[in-house]
Amino acid sequence: MLLIILLIFMIAGAIIALETKNLLSAVIAVGAVGAGVSICFLMLGAPDIAITQMAVETLSLVILIRATISRDLTHITAQREVGGLIAIGIFMAVFVVFASFALNEIPRFGEPLMRVSSHYVQNGLAQTGASNIVSAIILDYRGYDTLGEATILFVSVAGAIVLLRKKGRKKVGEKDE
Amino acid sequence: MNDRPGMTIIVKTIVRLSVSLILLYGVYIVAYGQLTPGGGFPGGVIIGGAFILLCLAFGKEQALKKMSISAASILDSTGALIFLTVALLGYTGGAFFFNFFVNKGIPFHLFTAGIIPLCNIGIGLKVGACLFGAFIALILFRVTAKKEE
Repeated sequence: MLLIILLIFMIAGAIIALETKNLLSAVIAVGAVGAGVSICFLMLGAPDIAITQMAVETLSLVILIRATISRDLTHITAQREVGGLIAIGIFMAVFVVFASFALNEIPRFGEPLMRVSSHYVQNGLAQTGASNIVSAIILDYRGYDTLGEATILFVSVAGAIVLLRKKGRKKVGEKDE
Repeated sequence: MNDRPGMTIIVKTIVRLSVSLILLYGVYIVAYGQLTPGGGFPGGVIIGGAFILLCLAFGKEQALKKMSISAASILDSTGALIFLTVALLGYTGGAFFFNFFVNKGIPFHLFTAGIIPLCNIGIGLKVGACLFGAFIALILFRVTAKKEE
């Protein structure tokens, strides 16, 4: 029941973030949605994801407000187009219809189909020695995925530093050689 | 008070008291990642957040005195290399990411689980330095570029 209230709260936050004119209010509404996602993960029994979501959400909110909002324009004046709204409505209707077909077919919550997950749960402590089974899976059994995530983060931050760097940048009036 | 960089003296005092606790909490999350919920990624984010808090409260000169951009990039690369080295050392046991410690230790103790604490430390270093570097890149570089023009 509380989960449904949280979901309605998050949908309301997302709609407010889309529809408000002030960019700062939109960012704060997105932050509220992120906090709701974190509480949802906590209620569904995933404290690892909840901690990660909370920390990343707070930090990204700070970075968004401090780095972008305080320097760029903060009010949106353009109106939404009618054709775009109709197209969004049609696509959302199609998506909801097919998703309701698909979601009836997946196994119920907490009853996985795959045998590999029950193997991890039963043998994880004996094989890795880690009492936190999430840590054992993401760093031992599924280490490749974590390496890929780390590579993505490394490349994105290296690209940001290279694009925004100070040295080697041309002045405003300077021409090409 | 306004001519100094950073925020007011209230914010500075509170940050001075709390930033070490935040840093310690991040280190705890990283170090106990194999025992309790948490791990390298959220711990690294909290460590990066402590430095971002310093940068917001005390201004960029104080924060860069604690951790310069080159130090952040070196720590970033070091974390990535630790993670990759641990992954490659698994080939001594025959596979990528093989947990090559024979004695896994007693469960529910701190020094257990073979390669998992090493991976957590590497990822924590990497993520913390990465996020601080991204913050610096988004804020500081733009300000200095604007001043030079």
